[in-house]
Parts: sequence; structure tokens; C-alpha cells
Amino acid sequence: MSAENHLFLYTLHLADNALVLGHRNSEWTGHGPILEQDIAISNIALDLIGQARNLYQYAAELKGGGSTEDSLAYLRDARAFKNCLLVEQLNGDWGCTIARQFFFSTYQYYLYKHLVKSVDTRLAAIAEKSIKEVAYHLRWSSEWIVRLGDGTAESKTRMQKAVDLLWPYMGELTTAADYEIALADSGVTVNPDFLKIMFNEKVNSVLREATLNIPPDNWMQSGGKQGIHSEQLGYLLAEMQFLQRAYPGAEW
Amino acid sequence: MSDDINRIWNLLAQINDPELPVLSIVDLAIVRDVKEVEGSFEIIITPTYSGCPAMDVIAMEIRAVLLTNGIGDFKLTTVFSPAWTTDWMSEEGKLKLKSYGIAPPTPGQSVCDSRMFHLEEAIQCPLCNSYNTRMISQFGSTACKSLYQCNDCKEPFDYFKCH
Repeated sequence: MSAENHLFLYTLHLADNALVLGHRNSEWTGHGPILEQDIAISNIALDLIGQARNLYQYAAELKGGGSTEDSLAYLRDARAFKNCLLVEQLNGDWGCTIARQFFFSTYQYYLYKHLVKSVDTRLAAIAEKSIKEVAYHLRWSSEWIVRLGDGTAESKTRMQKAVDLLWPYMGELTTAADYEIALADSGVTVNPDFLKIMFNEKVNSVLREATLNIPPDNWMQSGGKQGIHSEQLGYLLAEMQFLQRAYPGAEW
Repeated sequence: MSDDINRIWNLLAQINDPELPVLSIVDLAIVRDVKEVEGSFEIIITPTYSGCPAMDVIAMEIRAVLLTNGIGDFKLTTVFSPAWTTDWMSEEGKLKLKSYGIAPPTPGQSVCDSRMFHLEEAIQCPLCNSYNTRMISQFGSTACKSLYQCNDCKEPFDYFKCH
């Protein structure tokens, strides 16, 4: 596979992560547990969709042939999406949404810290812009892990259940896909395996602070980075892409 | 600086941010540079936040204002690096924000990082000037603000969070 194609797939992978999680979070808009947190999760959704737009614009330029940020977001099928399985998982209760955001923000934070130094100046600039937002997401989601984990008996039980449920999706974040290995060699990104120690340390320290059990390092799910997804993604895309599929080129 | 470039800067200074109508896009430092290359102009802008929905409106306004003032040969370029920071906001802009009822960003930025439960030292209430205030939520009515409340006058207010 050519170097250009690796870069395209990787940019798409980063964009898909941000779009799919942004879309999941936006499902909370109008349904948040209290007004301030409804606003918070909607703000995080907006940040992520904004990051996705910047990445899709770059991916569209790399692909050429009339491809646009919109065609990449709205006209590809599930197998063409390269996001990690974690971000497509259902919102569940507030605890599940928080656990998913916390795992992803921790990963994104350490990844973007490296991406800022990428030899690809366009990705470096997008990472430099995004990491300021990600720091807020990480802070907000960690605080919620602690608040619920070290809260009431009910909130603790549910927070632990959420962590256990999403734990098998953690492994994929720091397991390199072919395109990540190739691009790590050329200095475009870092091999995510390298982030594993920092990632685990941060996750474990917040779980300990929250008096939660750290699940054992068992078998992990994988496939999303290669386009093989859980059943959740198809339903998400069916809703997100409906308008552009039913009315091609529709605008507000 | 050529007369034309000066004129463009002055025109841009008349465009207000749609979500902060007291501040111009020059006060906010969204406009990073205006360049002239062989009679054609390049206006360089940067978003405050990646997902700032005001950016499309701002780009449209810039086009409209320049075109109605007879400047047709220009292009708009969006850059992400260096990333926008509240440090770039003009002092005049901060005063305008405060009189509009939004607490301006404090110079010592301490809550931009990922540390848990860490609080900004003292955010002044833009209404009664008390420093006895508390954060309600890190995320406010727009991506660039957090929500605070004054413990003295009890008014809730927006704080333009450090970034």
C-alpha cells in the first residue's frame, strides 16, 4: 500500500473516531440528566464534530476526485469507517457515556500530544488546535468517574458496571493498525503501543481515586480500525446519514 | 503597510462576532493577518474552537463586507497553528466583554489542563465586582465560555474560559 493511502486511511481513522463519538454524545442533547450537563455533553459533541470536520477536509484533499468532508461523513458505509469500536458503543446510562468519554479522551490526549510533533504539518496543526479542547474533556470526564465511583452505593455499582462493560474495547486503542505502523516509521504519528503505559497509568489512577476496581487485562475486542465493526455502527449511520441518502445534496 | 491593507483591517474591525456582538473579529484576534500578493489579498483567520459554529458566519460576513466595499480580489485562508489563545484578546476587548456582562479571561491561566477538581483562583463577578464566585460548570452557553455564579449578588454569569 502506498504512503499516500496510509495517510488517507489514518486521517480518516482520526476523523471517524471524532465524528462517531461526537454523534453519540449529541444523542444526549435535550436528554441530559440536568441542564448544565446536557450543555456540557453537547459542547463536547460540538468540539469533536469540529475536529472531525477539520480532519475530513484534509482527508478529502488527500483523496481528491471530488470527494468532500460531507461525502466522507455521509456517503460511506460501515465497512469504510475506520473508527475504534469503543466510540460507536451505545450511550447506555450516564455512567457508560462517562466511561466511554473518559477512555477515549485519555487516549486522544496522549496521542495528540505526540501528533503535535508530526512531520505532517497539517495533522500537527489540527492536533495543536484540538488538544486544548481534549484537555477539558479529559478533566470533565475524570471528575465524573470520581464523582460517581466514589459516590453513593447505587452510583458506584453503575459506574463499575460501565467500566467493566467498556473495558474490552480499551485494547484496540493502543493496538496499531497497519497504517499506524507505517506512519510511525515515517514520523507522521506514534505507534499507539508506545502510548500504552501512559494511557494505563492515567486510567488506573483515576479509577483508584474513584475507589473502583480495575478490571483484569483479559481478551480485548478489535476490528474497528480495519473497518470491521460491532452492530451498533450500522444503526448509528442509518440515522446520521438518512437525510443525505434520502435527499442527496440537501442543505439547510 | 499599504493603504489597501490598512483599509481592509479597518473594515474587518467593523465585523462583530455573532455570538459576542460587542467584540469585533479583530478584538478577538480571529483575524491573524492580511497580506497582499501582486494586487490580490489574502485574509488569514483562525477559529477560537474547532467546532465554533460562528466561523462560517464570520467567513460569510468578511466576504460580504469586502465585496460591498469594492474589494473583490481576495481569498480567505483558515489556519490552526499557532492555536488560538485567550492571551491574544485585546485589553480593549476584555473591557468590552466585562461591560457586556461576561467575565473576561484572567491572565494567569490555570484551568486549561486536565487536572481534576482544580479551580481558577478568583474570577471577578462582572456585575458587582466581587471575587467571591463559584464555578457551576466548565461548559457554558458557547464553546468558549464556562458558567459561574456570584456568591454575593447571586447573579449567574458567563466566564470566557482560558484557552
